[in-house]
Amino acid sequence: MTPQAWTLARALRLAILSVGALVFLAPYVWMLSTAMKPREEIFSSSLTLIPERLAVVENFSKAFTRVPMLQLLMNGVIVCTIILVVQVLVALPCAYALAKLRFPGARTLIAAIMLGLLVPIHATALPIYVALSGAGVLNTYFALAAPFMISVFAIFLFLQFFRAMPDDLINAARLDGMSELGIVLRVIVPNAWPAITAFSIFSVVAHWNDLFWPQIVVTETAMAPPPLGLIFFRAAEAGDDYGALMAATVVVTVPLLAAFLLAQRRFIEGITLTGLKG
Amino acid sequence: MSGLALRGISKAYGDNHILRDVTIEAQPGEFVALVGPSGCGKTTLLRIAAGLDHADRGSVWLGERDMTAMRPSERDIAMVFQSYALYPHLTAGQNIAVPLAMRDLTIWQRLPGIGNLMPSQRGIRADIQRRVLETARSLRIDHLLDRKPGQMSGGQRQRVALGRALVRSPAAFLMDEPLSNLDANLRVHTRAEIVELHRRAGVTTLYVTHDQAEALSMADRVAVMIGGRLLQFDTPEGIYSNPAHIEVARFIGSPQINLLNGEVDAAHGVRIGGRLLAEGVNARPGTSVTVGFRPEAIKLGAPEQAGLIASLRRIEFLGSETLVFIDLAGGGDTLVAKLAPSDATAFALGQAVTIMAASRDVLVFGGDGARLSVSPPMRMVANG
Repeated sequence: MTPQAWTLARALRLAILSVGALVFLAPYVWMLSTAMKPREEIFSSSLTLIPERLAVVENFSKAFTRVPMLQLLMNGVIVCTIILVVQVLVALPCAYALAKLRFPGARTLIAAIMLGLLVPIHATALPIYVALSGAGVLNTYFALAAPFMISVFAIFLFLQFFRAMPDDLINAARLDGMSELGIVLRVIVPNAWPAITAFSIFSVVAHWNDLFWPQIVVTETAMAPPPLGLIFFRAAEAGDDYGALMAATVVVTVPLLAAFLLAQRRFIEGITLTGLKG
Repeated sequence: MSGLALRGISKAYGDNHILRDVTIEAQPGEFVALVGPSGCGKTTLLRIAAGLDHADRGSVWLGERDMTAMRPSERDIAMVFQSYALYPHLTAGQNIAVPLAMRDLTIWQRLPGIGNLMPSQRGIRADIQRRVLETARSLRIDHLLDRKPGQMSGGQRQRVALGRALVRSPAAFLMDEPLSNLDANLRVHTRAEIVELHRRAGVTTLYVTHDQAEALSMADRVAVMIGGRLLQFDTPEGIYSNPAHIEVARFIGSPQINLLNGEVDAAHGVRIGGRLLAEGVNARPGTSVTVGFRPEAIKLGAPEQAGLIASLRRIEFLGSETLVFIDLAGGGDTLVAKLAPSDATAFALGQAVTIMAASRDVLVFGGDGARLSVSPPMRMVANG
């Protein structure tokens, strides 16, 4: 950056962006601050960001002991993994078929997918709940994952991405002797990493943070994913112990943050991989 | 070695007829160029030969094998695509190895990890590596094998694409305008290399191009397609000097052939503006015909000589030859003559000249575009 670049307009731009960043970061900063404060400081009349007495060990040990925190995190990981893996396994071949194969009804199916995008989970929650309840599978990982296993959003996202892939690439693979499944595995997937990673971020963030569906199908702490665990924690154990609650919130947020940072690197790698044409 | 035959191929999308009863039979080891303006169906025909598209009618034969219903992978045909279609996530070496790996390894042997446990897998892999290297050497790309397509120039990618087609020694090659993405210099160079490769490998080749110079210079035989029809299938010399249809004459040759409207007189001579240009035309008196002659067939003479009268409008000096543009007297037609530079110096802009052509160089086409025979062939036509 050259010194001349520090014009007034630039400074103003930066100031606006900084204020924006602060507004969005503030809750997280406050969460971290509260997680480190002892109880009496949280309820003191003065607002302080830096605690006078650190209560880190106290708060975090409460977060880990009063609810089965590791169990909650594990539940979150298992449910998100099941959902993501099944979503990708279903959506990749679906999107490939819709994007690159010609068959009767393809257009109708794509229209159906567009319609599917418009239907929120809240509209279908009740019938799905009744079905799961009737099958006697409430309070299981399956109940948590089932409604999300087929993602029209994933199919739509991959469909758009695959459409941009040159047809000749797939024709070349056919001439080289690959089956259609082989093409998906050996040609499409290795070149679809940016799309798969982008979708993974959406999917994991959405289902790790999801509170609505777990609240409907899970009543036991042992099966609860992290956000529901936090609710249980607040309701039953913590009462007004906001320090411990915020510590638990930090614990729940950190894995997502770590996963996102890791995925980001992969995401950029993926983008540099796609030298498809040029 | 086997020949490749496309017999009676028709293809239509709704009312849009892409191919109409096209039959092309390439002899074993022959290099056949499919040439035509864009949209003439030549690429569709190639895709039908590859099995990537299906014809409504007609059959595809490789030697004695009827391949019409076979899948692309079963046909033992390799194709080079216009966009090269290299796998972007694989290195050049891996790209070239793919067809061999797909053919020689079983599905279990190809799996990463498990495949390594398979006996005999190691030997096959080594063999594949050896053949990839051999092919790469013959194309002089052995130093590029570790690079990905994104890190290579257009010419290098084109060679890798050729390598991928060559490596498994297929029964036939299909090439879809493989040179169209290269710059002009590289194109002429690669043209010669592909011909050389074909001579060495001796594999039947079907080569699609819209560039008539490419087709004439590379192929043993040229198939000219226009509007979904095969108009002529002949040697380059035959296509050029003996076109069967006016569209063929128009499409082949640069600068374009000169075409003039004429009429058949009572003595079966062709007259343009009252002047006799050809005799013994096989057409009824009174029919209107089109007369064509190549730019290099035109001789220019002094105005007092017999022939078509015209005046010089423009002279273009091109080094090895000179193009002379001539306005025909009494009509809007402009003709092009290709002269040796030394002959062209005798003329000046605006000068009146007469145009003459040997009658064997005069091509007469009927109203439907078909060629009409002219006899006797060996007479200088210049008398008015």
